[in-house]
Formats: sequence, structure tokens, C-alpha cells
Amino acid sequence: MPAFLTYGFIQRAFLAGVFIAVACAVLGLFLILRKDAMIGHGLAHIAFAGVALGLFLNVLPLAAALAVTVAAALAIIKLKDMARLYGDTAIGIFSSLGLAIGILLASMARGFNVELMSYLFGDILAIEPLEVGLAVILAAAVLLAVRMNYAKLLFMTFDRESARAAGVKVGRLDMLLMVLTAVTIVLGMKVVGILLVAALIVIPAAAGLQVAASFRTAVRASTAVAVVSVAAGLGLSLTLNIPASAAIVIFCFLAFGIFSLLKKGRGLSARANKGNPSGHRQA
Amino acid sequence: MDLIVLRGVSFRYDGTPVLVDIDLTIREGDFLAIIGPNGSGKTTLVKVILGLLEPSSGSVEAFGKPLGEFSDWRKIGYVPQKATHIDPFFPASVEEVVGMALLSNRKPRARSRREGRGEIIRALDEVGMADYGKWAIGRLSGGQQQRVFIARALVTSPKILFLDEPTTGDDAETQASFYDMLDRLNSREGLTIVLVTHDIGIVNKHVTSVACLNQRLAYHGSHEDFCRSGVFRDMVSRGDHLISHEH
Repeated sequence: MPAFLTYGFIQRAFLAGVFIAVACAVLGLFLILRKDAMIGHGLAHIAFAGVALGLFLNVLPLAAALAVTVAAALAIIKLKDMARLYGDTAIGIFSSLGLAIGILLASMARGFNVELMSYLFGDILAIEPLEVGLAVILAAAVLLAVRMNYAKLLFMTFDRESARAAGVKVGRLDMLLMVLTAVTIVLGMKVVGILLVAALIVIPAAAGLQVAASFRTAVRASTAVAVVSVAAGLGLSLTLNIPASAAIVIFCFLAFGIFSLLKKGRGLSARANKGNPSGHRQA
Repeated sequence: MDLIVLRGVSFRYDGTPVLVDIDLTIREGDFLAIIGPNGSGKTTLVKVILGLLEPSSGSVEAFGKPLGEFSDWRKIGYVPQKATHIDPFFPASVEEVVGMALLSNRKPRARSRREGRGEIIRALDEVGMADYGKWAIGRLSGGQQQRVFIARALVTSPKILFLDEPTTGDDAETQASFYDMLDRLNSREGLTIVLVTHDIGIVNKHVTSVACLNQRLAYHGSHEDFCRSGVFRDMVSRGDHLISHEH
């Protein structure tokens, strides 16, 4: 084992990073397929207000961000239903409000701007043991909740009307998915920062979707991209002394590029074989 | 046995009446066609029965219970209008598509993975798609996809199956094979079938009873009586965007 892997802070960073990245990748699949990919950006901006509030009130910033982001996620669903807003309008309204409140709080309390910056850009190598424990437990809870509702979430994402007709409570599942996303965004904030956390939701899932012919394959490919990107990003960060958050996201993007090329190669060979057993791509 | 009973059901959309005072009973073993011109409320009627839309007035009962108290949705299968509801690039295998319905209804640990897969394969076999289980749904033809959606509706062993315009856009051969399959499910398996269609040819050839809708229920009775009725002659003579075949 390389010597640097024996350091506690690196082991903590890897452990927390992997759990959070896997939760991001799995949720990202559902969100992209629901055409809700931008929810990651929106909730990250709201989490910024939560962090600023935590620092302003001198409570644990992650806890404050968690409370604010989950509340906002539920409010977005309510606003969508009540005001019959088009597409991402509710997300746009709340994310702008989140940024505005965050900036306001930061300007009112001038003392915590340096700490706020660490949340904006992420600082996984500085993650505390308490934060690692929280991240692992919450990410595991997110994955367990998805596992328990996997078929219903998949049914609702694929064919919402038929899922409703089959008795699936789609309204409750919408809320569950939003709450899980809010929790995951807040956890991911420490890994790659508020500005890049949406990338962990979108890019590994988008990469997995490039090569998958079944949802199970998409889950496996997306989580593999997420784990490899965290490991490679951390390694590159330690080797070249560059920010880990940026390195992780760049590795995610490289994986997306490679998977897109793989898809293009497959597409050329599979073209014109629609419905033809002899040339069909199997799951 | 009465599976579905509607009493005085009306539905308005933004103040515009879509369904007016519908009384309809669907009995076990029926092969019922709901026909009517475009905008007559056929799809809306099915959605009200399935609880997807709340009626403005009147009541719906399923298996003897008011719809609000009905919870055993495994007994009702639904195949929505073709190609309007799915993303052709969605990464799901045929087995995953069928399994969605089965596993969504599953009580925790009530069924092993092997038993679940067995039920999925049986449902696919029922519609002649057992060899396609590992295929991506988006790569199937429209007719093949529709069979998979029927397998998804059948996998929970329903007592009644609703199909909304299931063969729109299919060629004559695909349609014939599709309706032969429905005939078999109705006559041999005893499955009650409710079919929304424009196609009077289908009505003549396959169904046992007809509900003719144009906001109000203009006719409900046997297919033989319908063919002799003034309602049928009026619909054909007016055009009403119905497809008529010689039989």
C-alpha cells in the first residue's frame, strides 16, 4: 500500500468521498431520467444559504444546511403544485433566493467568509471524523431508502401514469426523492464544494446512461465512475498538490467522454438493427 | 360479478364538461369496447375509473368498494396510449419494465427473487415476448413494446385489463395478432378486457359488448345489438373519425 494511504485524513477523505459519490450517482440517474437534473444546482445554492445561516448563528454548518435544504426541497414541490409553474421555475426561484440570503448573511457577519469559502470550493482532505461519520451514515441511509423503493422509483420515473394506475403513491415518492437529493447535496458539499456538487449528481449518472441498456447496468456504471473519479481525483490532488474537488470533477468528465465514445462506437454497429433479434444490443 | 360500477359520473375540465352523467357497469368476463369520436371522453372515462382523475360528481366502485377505499390495485391492469408516455432512450430492459409493476406491489420479503423472475417470464411468455427479456425496451418495435406493456399489466394477475388505443399506427398483421392475443386472454384465461378504440372493425370482430360515448353514454349493450342500432348507423354516416372495416 502506498505510504500516503496510511494517513488518517486521506482514509477519511476516501471513505466519505466514496459513500457520498455513490449516493450522488444513484440519485442522479433518477433525476436525469425525470428531466430534473438542474435540481442539483438549485439545491446547492440553497445549501449555501444554510451554511451561511449556520455560521451566522454559530451552529454546525452542515446541520443548518441540511435543515434549510430539506425544507426548501419540500417547498419547491409545494410551490410547483400550488402555482402550476412551468418546468424548473420553482427551482430557479428558490435557488436565487438561497444565493441572495447567503450573500446577505455573509455581508452581515464579516468574520466567517474564509470558512464559507471552504464550503463553496470543497475541502475533502480537511474533513473531520465527526463529519465522516455523519456522511457515511446519511449516505448509507440514502442508499437504503433508494433500495427499499427501487421498483417504485423506477416505475414512476419510466411511466408515471401507469405507476399511479398501479397504486404507486407518486406524490410521496416525489417528496422522498427530493429529500434524499437535499441530504446528498449537503453531504457532497464537503467533498467538492457548493459550486461543483451538482457535477457529482449529474456527470457520473450521465456517463452511466451512455452505455447502459438496462437500469441495473446504468446504476453499476454510474457508481463505478463516481468511485473511480473520487479515488483518482484524490490521488491526483495529493500528487500534484491541486484542489481535490476540481480533480474529482475533471475525472468524472473524462469518464463521461470515454463512455460517450463507447456509445458512439456501439451505435454505429447497432444502427438499423431495431427489433431485429440477430443484431440487438442486450441489457 | 360486477367489477366496476359507475353511477352518475360527470367530469369537467376547467369548467368544460367532458363526461356527463355516466352510468356504466363492467361485469366479470366482459370484452368491452369503449368507442366514440375524438374528444368524446373515452380516455378520460378510463382515467376516472382508474382513479387518475377525480370525477366532478357521481361515484365509482371497484370490486364492490368505493374507489377511495379500494387498495388492491394488483387486480386492475392498465396499458396507456402507445408511444405517448415513454422515453424511447430510457435504459430499461424488458424484464425490468415488467418487473416494475410486480415489485412495486410486492410486500417486503413476500416473494423471492427467483419467484419474481419466474412470474415476469410467465407474463412475457403470455404475450409471446419471453425471448426478449434482456433486450432494451427502446430497441423494440412499437408492436413489441405494446406487448411488453401488456405483460407488465398482466404480471400482477389482474382480473380486469384496460387498454387505451393499443394498436394505433400498427399495420394490419400486427393488429390482427394483437387482438387474437386479447381474444385468448379473454376467452381462455377469463380476463375481463376494456378496450378504448376508434376502430369499429375491432368492435365487429372481437368484443362482446360496446359502450358508445360522446360525453354522455349513447349506448351500452351487446355488440350484436349495437351493430343493428341507430347509434351505430348514425356514427358511421356522420364519419365521427371512426375507422370502419367490411366484415
